[in-house]
Amino acid sequence: MRFEYTVTTQNFTTAGEASSNTKKTLKLLGIDSKIIRKASIMAYEAEMNIAIHSEGGKILLDIEPGLITITALDQGPGIENIDLAMKEGYSTAPHEIREMGFGAGMGLPNMRRCADTFDITSNPGGKTCVVMTLTI
Amino acid sequence: MELREIIELLDCDILNTSFELNRNYEKAFGSDLMSDVLAFIHDETTVLITGLVNQQVIRTAEMIDLKLIVFVRGKVPADEVVELADNQGITLLSTKASMFDAAGILFEKGLRGID
Repeated sequence: MRFEYTVTTQNFTTAGEASSNTKKTLKLLGIDSKIIRKASIMAYEAEMNIAIHSEGGKILLDIEPGLITITALDQGPGIENIDLAMKEGYSTAPHEIREMGFGAGMGLPNMRRCADTFDITSNPGGKTCVVMTLTI
Repeated sequence: MELREIIELLDCDILNTSFELNRNYEKAFGSDLMSDVLAFIHDETTVLITGLVNQQVIRTAEMIDLKLIVFVRGKVPADEVVELADNQGITLLSTKASMFDAAGILFEKGLRGID
């Protein structure tokens, strides 16, 4: 079962709706609340990253027996140095984003901490894809 | 600590209609960094004390099932932010106290930080 949510770049009024819908869907399916909490954090951090750093993208929620997969896929412009981006506290977010309470360099580390498996692929000038799973 | 006591101690304005005066809160976390809120709060009985008043504060609370946000330094969010909180059943309070003072007052009366 797949659910797809669009994330618009730089729109901080709608940012969070995809994660909100992800959470509602998992609740309706009766998924355990601890799993929902992790999935919500993963989806929301990913969604904020797409809204802040990319040219737009989407969040995909795949649910199959025993497994939830959350995929964050954007339209670019890609990450220069993934190792650096994964480091806690490292951020390329501008001042305005930090004033909103994000861009402290904790998004990707938070996602990795919540997920059972975490995989990120990106290259400068290309798209970024983050695939995260939770065993249920 | 019940919501009514938090309102009294911090002399709060209640900003929306989603509140239960006898709802109990056991911990508090003060931050303007939403990723820290997402990473470190593990308990729905935690009060979030913050100086941020945008939509993302409400979304952050929604993701981890927080039920109470206290805005410090007399800040009041825009109507659409209040509406979003109402839709999520999240109580919004505003106090004139600073984050440090608000945290200190609640600590003195028994609320504790996160584990």
